[in-house]
Amino acid sequence: MSLMSNLSTSMISSSSSAFLAPISFNSSRTQSVSVPVKSIKIIKCVATPQEQQTAYKTKVSRNANIAKLQAGYLFPEIARRRAAHLLKYPNAQVISLGIGDTTEPIPEVITSAMAKRSHALSTLEGYSGYGAEQGEKALRAALASAFYGNLGIEEDDIFVSDGAKCDISRLQVVFGSDVTMAVQDPSYPAYVDSSVIMGQTGQFQKDVEKYANIEYMRCTPENGFFPDLSSVARTDIIFFCSPNNPTGAAATREQLTQLVKFAKDNGSIIVYDSAYAMYMSDDNPRSIFEIPGAKEVAIETASFSKYAGFTGVRLGWTVVPKQLLFSDGFPVARDFNRIVCTCFNGASNISQAGGLACLSPEGLEAMQEVIGFYKENTKIIVETFNSLGFKVYGGQNAPYVWVHFPGRSSWDVFSEILEKTHIVTTPGSGFGPGGEGFIRVSAFGHRENVLEACRRFKQLYN
Amino acid sequence: MVQARLRVQKQGNGHCTNVPRNVNLEKLQSNYLFPEISKREFQHLDKYPNAKVISLGIGDTTEPIPEQITLSMANYACALSTSDGYRGYGAEQGNQALRKAIAETFYKDVLIKDTEVFVSDGSQCDISRLQLLLGSKVTIAVQDPSFPAYIDSSVIIGQAGDFQDKTGKYQNIEYMQCGAENNFFPNLATTPRTDIIFFCSPNNPTGHAATREQLQKLVEFARDNGSIIIFDTAYSAYITDDSPKSIFEIPGAKEVAIEISSFSKFAGFTGVRLGWTVVPEELLFSSGFPVINDFNRIVCTCFNGASNIAQAGGLECLSSEGFQAIRSVIDYYKENAKILVDTFSSLGLKVYGGVNAPYVWVHFPGSKSWNVFAEILEKTHIITVPGSGFGPGGAEYIRISAFGQRERIIEASRRLQKLFSQEKQPLLNSV
Repeated sequence: MSLMSNLSTSMISSSSSAFLAPISFNSSRTQSVSVPVKSIKIIKCVATPQEQQTAYKTKVSRNANIAKLQAGYLFPEIARRRAAHLLKYPNAQVISLGIGDTTEPIPEVITSAMAKRSHALSTLEGYSGYGAEQGEKALRAALASAFYGNLGIEEDDIFVSDGAKCDISRLQVVFGSDVTMAVQDPSYPAYVDSSVIMGQTGQFQKDVEKYANIEYMRCTPENGFFPDLSSVARTDIIFFCSPNNPTGAAATREQLTQLVKFAKDNGSIIVYDSAYAMYMSDDNPRSIFEIPGAKEVAIETASFSKYAGFTGVRLGWTVVPKQLLFSDGFPVARDFNRIVCTCFNGASNISQAGGLACLSPEGLEAMQEVIGFYKENTKIIVETFNSLGFKVYGGQNAPYVWVHFPGRSSWDVFSEILEKTHIVTTPGSGFGPGGEGFIRVSAFGHRENVLEACRRFKQLYN
Repeated sequence: MVQARLRVQKQGNGHCTNVPRNVNLEKLQSNYLFPEISKREFQHLDKYPNAKVISLGIGDTTEPIPEQITLSMANYACALSTSDGYRGYGAEQGNQALRKAIAETFYKDVLIKDTEVFVSDGSQCDISRLQLLLGSKVTIAVQDPSFPAYIDSSVIIGQAGDFQDKTGKYQNIEYMQCGAENNFFPNLATTPRTDIIFFCSPNNPTGHAATREQLQKLVEFARDNGSIIIFDTAYSAYITDDSPKSIFEIPGAKEVAIEISSFSKFAGFTGVRLGWTVVPEELLFSSGFPVINDFNRIVCTCFNGASNIAQAGGLECLSSEGFQAIRSVIDYYKENAKILVDTFSSLGLKVYGGVNAPYVWVHFPGSKSWNVFAEILEKTHIITVPGSGFGPGGAEYIRISAFGQRERIIEASRRLQKLFSQEKQPLLNSV
């Protein structure tokens, strides 16, 4: 793992050992959190060090929505655990199959375009200042052509961004606090966390491990990782990720047709996360817009992160069709555009130059090669767990392997694997209560590391 | 209103979802200011395809980035193709070396730590992330006039009430008038308490850099009221005199202020996208909970770090050679500003700013700024920004930005001189 990434994260938040503890920045100072009296029945007493009592406090109330969040965002927590483990075992050869971070170099056709753009910024003809907030025209056109060619999605339906995670929050800002949302359970944590931050949810309910007011659509092996829509309550927004992070499940054309019908019948908006579409092996839809009628009910978000190794370069896009309307007939794209113009200022022009190169014939071919490499990793991991007698899911259409550990706490399994094999994975419950009893193994890594990890898994579980 | 909406729904052939539009977005009066200016520019070009339009409107940098900086970005990009040089996700808070360099370059004397610096993709994004942090239940104050993102983001997040046509203001936002009559610093004695105070210095659009004494008053005001100042110092590199470059130069500021800044106008990174926010550890919510913890949570959840290539460029900007090279570009824009100030002054107009900021703020008493904007555009093909785009306090002013190639600045000055001296300031009559 790169020096610049997780180690520095861990150095910032040093002492947090318990998963549920709030992030502590300064290990010498404990936090006193006073809970507003009117919202609780039991008053928590927290010891306050002397210095805290005399420290100046503003009169600005903490945002109650953020206070609802139970712990740090999942992936920095994984990073913390990894760093703590390294402190404990400084000589351990830790292998990271946790955070889905790409590891292979970016193909030269892409980086040379970025280098070229950088150099051009030092010339009179090549210098450019502010770009269009929606993205550079050529890139928007290339995205439309490469991914939505015959689907009737046009260049101006596409908004280039600095990544899907940021887009998810911007979409939440568009929707506001008065909408209800549904997520798959398990799901990528940013949907739920951004919803809490935005004020769409109630309190976290510890007994069920869910936030009130969010509809969790259980996705399990039993239902083929597709929710039983007949038992799902109507919500305004439905987040749906396919191929799925973390389960690796890819929805079929039939399932997505059902989903689109469900959204249409309920007047809901689907936010379709297609970040892993290019990992699809089977003949499933790669874009929600392959489903007739989807343009009137769906937004699609996507990313260069896992295709081009752009996790650090930062580039993605969101499609908001012109046909998507709020209940009063107002086009959603106009509000999204307003947010993009006011709360954002465009993706980096250098990253966009890289994106354009990605979509050249050479670039597309190069991306396919890198994706193929990670898919081969996935295959190796799937075979390993299969051979050990585990029930294994995913891995076919996504770079994630979803391994079942029936009856066990996923954080316990995570810890056991980490302690005994020095391999970092991600505990399924980090993705929601539906992930309990599962471990997500990500397939990003150098081949030798993946092979070594599999050797260690075999040793542990044989 | 409801009737009209139902009609829209029925007329359309398409399906309408049942998702209500966000009422906060309905409150916004118009497009964001700068896309609107762009739109006017395009319309003008359509009308006069051969006009040599000079853009002194949107504050967009024009001069190339010094080579050593772009070289470092090119090298970083190339290294991403090697196994040693490849990097995936970076820390959401920013590259550690860059955070350290920012702390050392800008905050050495005021003891801000690298862990209090959050690298971003720019101030416009940081402002919205700060609003997400603060939530809909806080009250804000802004200078009037001010950079529109403070107000617009406040409306979007739900802190504001309705817009009132009569006053040109949103309800529930405190507008602190800043004009020539009060030396561009609000009368704090008559300013009601708000939770948050947005303050930009050197100021966009007025160009005024608050004095040490003024900022001491501001910090005291915040402290007395238990408020948080969000101090926008995007233009601090343009300061000529000894006005403070950081709010943290004022004692006690760490307990009452957040500071945002940017590489955009500093290094020509308007398209590259890089900035930072400082949240001191000492800054606490009323419960005693550190603001930095929540900001970190927002940064980790709603953001994924600035582009690593941009950050490599940022680091090079802060090397001693890089910094020198950037200073030359800044001086170039400052010379532009001087030319514009001299031009307007020589015409007998009241001119402000242009000394500590790349903006010149020209007063046309009794006028309506959109009319002045339109007339200047029509008669000289120069794009400016009407002051009322920045709030009702800007109603009689025009903002001229000093970014541009020297010849164009000189040409613009020529045209403006011709317009105003020939017509003996007719714009005063265009009410």
